[in-house]
This record gives sequence, C-alpha cells and structure tokens, in this order.
Amino acid sequence: MSLVTATIRRDLLLAARNPGEWLNPLMFFLMVAALFPLAVDPDPTFLSKIAGGVIWVAALLATLLSLDALYKADVDDGSLEQWLASGESLYAMSLGKALVHWCISGLPLTLMAPVLGLMLALPEDAYWALILSLAVGTPVLSLLGAVGAALTAGVRSGGLLLSLLILPLYIPVLIFAASAVYHAGIGMAWNGQIGFLGAMLALALCLTPFASAAALKLNLSR
Amino acid sequence: MSDALCFGGGVKTQLIAVVVMWQWLKQLYHRLGSPKWFYEITTGWIPWLAVLSVVGTVVGLVMGLLYAPADYLQGNSFRIIYIHVPAALLAQSAFMMMAVAGAVYLIWRMKMAAWVAKVIAPVGASFCLIALLTGAIWGKPTWGTWWVWDARLTSMLLLLFLYFGVMALQQAMESEDSAYRAGAILSLVGLVNIPIIKYSVEWWNTLHQPATLKLTEKPSMHPDMLIPLLIMIVTTYVFFALLIILRTRNEILWHERKRSWVKQILES
Amino acid sequence: MEFNSVAEFLAMGHHGLYIWLSYGLTAVIIAFNVAQPLLRRRRLLKEQAQRLRREKKHAPQA
Repeated sequence: MSLVTATIRRDLLLAARNPGEWLNPLMFFLMVAALFPLAVDPDPTFLSKIAGGVIWVAALLATLLSLDALYKADVDDGSLEQWLASGESLYAMSLGKALVHWCISGLPLTLMAPVLGLMLALPEDAYWALILSLAVGTPVLSLLGAVGAALTAGVRSGGLLLSLLILPLYIPVLIFAASAVYHAGIGMAWNGQIGFLGAMLALALCLTPFASAAALKLNLSR
Repeated sequence: MSDALCFGGGVKTQLIAVVVMWQWLKQLYHRLGSPKWFYEITTGWIPWLAVLSVVGTVVGLVMGLLYAPADYLQGNSFRIIYIHVPAALLAQSAFMMMAVAGAVYLIWRMKMAAWVAKVIAPVGASFCLIALLTGAIWGKPTWGTWWVWDARLTSMLLLLFLYFGVMALQQAMESEDSAYRAGAILSLVGLVNIPIIKYSVEWWNTLHQPATLKLTEKPSMHPDMLIPLLIMIVTTYVFFALLIILRTRNEILWHERKRSWVKQILES
Repeated sequence: MEFNSVAEFLAMGHHGLYIWLSYGLTAVIIAFNVAQPLLRRRRLLKEQAQRLRREKKHAPQA
C-alpha cells in the first residue's frame, strides 16, 4: 500500500473515530444559515430569494473552519517530514489530503444542504442546482483551501490568517454557484454556471497540488 | 543583430543572434542578482526618475485639469480619471510583477528577486487603495452613492484583499526565507486567480442590472482628454519604479550591512 | 483653458468637492509612500554607522 493511500485511510479512520472533526463544521453550517431569517426577515418569499446565496456563504465559512486542522497534526507529529523523506510525490499527497478534506467537509455539506433549503424556503426547482453546485463547487473549495492550509501550517494561530488568504480566491466559485441556485429557482437555465464550476474544478485539480506541494516544503525549513 | 532577428538573414546569423542574446541575458541575470551592482547603478537613476515623475505629473495634471474639455455626461467629475485609471492599471501590473519576482526567487533563489517582491506588496496595495478611494468618490456625483457594486470597483476590492493576504502571510512567517517563499506561492496562486476573478465579477455584474453609466468605458475619448491620461499612466509607472528602487536599496543596505562595500558607504 | 477664473477652477462646476477630495487623498497616500523609504534609509544609515563605530571601538580590546 502506498504512503498516499495509507495516509488517506488513516485520516478517514481518524475522522470516523473523532466525529467532532466533521460534525462541528456541519453544526456551524446549520447555525449560520439559521441566523439569516432571525437577523433579516423570516418572510418565505424573501427567504426563497436569498436561500441559495445564504447556503453557499454558510458552506464556504464551514469549509474554512475545518481547513485549519488539515496539515496541523502532520506538521506537529512529524508525518510531514516522513512524507518528504519517503520520496513519495508531494503532488499526489496534497491531492489525497484535499480529497480527504472534501470527504469530511464538502460531502456532508452537500448532503445536508437540502435540509437547509427547506428551512430557508428554497424554491422547489432549485434543489438539484443546489446539490449539483455543492457537489462540483466544494471540491474546489477544498483544493484551494488546502494550499492555504499548507502555507499556514507552521504559523501559530494560522486559522484567521488562512481565512484572509483564501476568501478572495473563493469568490468566483461563490458567484457561479449562488447564481446557478438562484437561476434554477426562478426557472432559468443554470447549466452554464455548473459548467464553469466544472472548469474551475478541472483547473484546481491540475494546478493547486503544485502550490500545496511547494507550500508544504516551507514547513521543513523551519 | 536586430536586423538578423527582424529579417531572418539565414539560419547561421539567426543562430548567432540567439547565442548573443542568450549570453547577454545571462550577463544581465548575474548582474541583477548582485545587490552591489544594483545599488551602484541605481544611485544615478534616482534623480532622473524623480525629475521625470514630477514633470510628468505636473504636465499631465495641468493638461488634464485645466485644458481637457469637460465630459458631456459627467461634467468635470471625470477629471478623477487622471488618477483613478493609472492607479488601477498599476495596481494590477504590480501584482503581476510581484508574482514574477516571487517565481524567480522560488526557482533560482535569487535574493534580489525576493526583496523586490517584498517591497512591491505595500506599494501595489497603496495604489490599489488609491484606485478604490477615487473610484468611490467618483461614484458619488455619477451614481449618487459612495459605493456601487460596479464590476471594476469590485475586482479592485478583491485585488486589495489579495494584497492584504500576501502581506499578512509574509508578516506571520518566522523565518525570512519562508516568508519570501510563502508570499511568492500565494502571489502566484493569486495571479492565476485574477483573470478568473475579473471574469466572474464582470459576468456577475451584467446579471444584476449594471450601472448604466460606466466610469471609464468610453467608446472613444477626445485626444485632449486622452493625451493627459496617457502621460499620467506613463508617469505613474516611472514613479512606481522610483519607489521600488528606493525600497529595494533599503533592503540591500540592511541585508548587506556586514559587507565591506556597505561599510564604505556607512563610513563616508 | 477650460476655466475663466481660479474660483471657477476650484469649484469645478459643482464637482469640486469630489475632485479635490480624491486628489487630496491620493496626494496623502503618495506622500506617505515617498516619505517611508526615505525615512527608513536615513534611520538605517544612522543605526548602521553607529554600530560600525561601536564595533571599531571595541575591536582592539576583544
């Protein structure tokens, strides 16, 4: 078994044994979305208009929250040095780590989003757009976020810094995904936006592991 | 040499030209890598760049503020263009220069490149801030509010966030080398993202009833308006070069303070 | 010349506030950008020259 698959297995096992790791961001997702009707307006016609955007903003924040821990443990316990010494491709390793992150953050968010849709009076036509946009969009969030996590892994209290670095890079995903959900809700075509999200995913899959790998090497020279 | 390149006089001359150019580039690279060479050669440039910046600004602003005709739609408020557009252009190219310098450091470990990338960040961010502030002020007489989610202003705002991210990351790193490398990686990721951000913001803007009056998009500008703008753009780049040189020289003095050539400067 | 008097120039056809505000803010930011490297250079030269003198003084005793 290669080091990459072993690491993926270990991380998934750790997440299974320590449910807080992936449950806390999910609860955060739920709570943030619940703030909007309370703070702005619980009127269903109003909510149905902003539902897609609110769910996406909440998903984005929940992803950021869980990113901080992505490489922290590996830097602290020396696993990172082991990877580098093993000669295993860092590209594959960072791709694997981003994949694991998506499995414990993006995937549950995608599955839970319809519940939030109900709470926020999401129009019926928009459910598939919501699920599809999250399914295609959240991997991009994980991949881009993994770069930030690798850059800030060695920094004390890097969580806030991570958000500062990564949020501007998330804007295109947010724009296209929220617009897909909104357009589906008002009965317009939304396949174009999903297409753009798919293109971004392809680009992120190819390019971000390079940046992550370069950033991971930073944590060794300390 | 240039003739051979332009008109392709035979394979042999072309080959020689390529070799000569390669040698020249290599020499330039080694010279640029030497802080001492950079410091010494720029000593003579500073007064010229300063004079050019001042003269360009005075000429450009006198032409722009006094002689350019008022815009038929926006009246005199369009005169903000002479600082808004140059600052916005510069803020974008500065980010690109920062990323390229960072890449040079990542690949070849050239210290000079790291210092240049480091000093570009605050200067680029301040030009970005100028573009944002003047854009917002310009929005007041044009649209009636200080802030409109106009595509250009929004992407400027996001560019400012990217600058902040690079600066915050560089400051958070403990060792100097990892600060330079982290900043370089982030600015390269940002550089790839900038066109995507710009495109998506423009697309988003067309969806949400765009402001009918674009600040700077003109089908054709009257030459009396355009020439001062071009003068201001060129001047801004010259001024930027001056600022970067001044700051890079400070970095050189600090990092090379124990070298004998810096000691000579200090003693004089 | 587009303006007949200084007052007219300053008023900029009711847009004076916006124009002079943006030019003023820009001037402040530019001034800050120019002053910062110059001040830093001055301080750097002073500090390093001091350090050099100090090291020279202590060198023979060491």
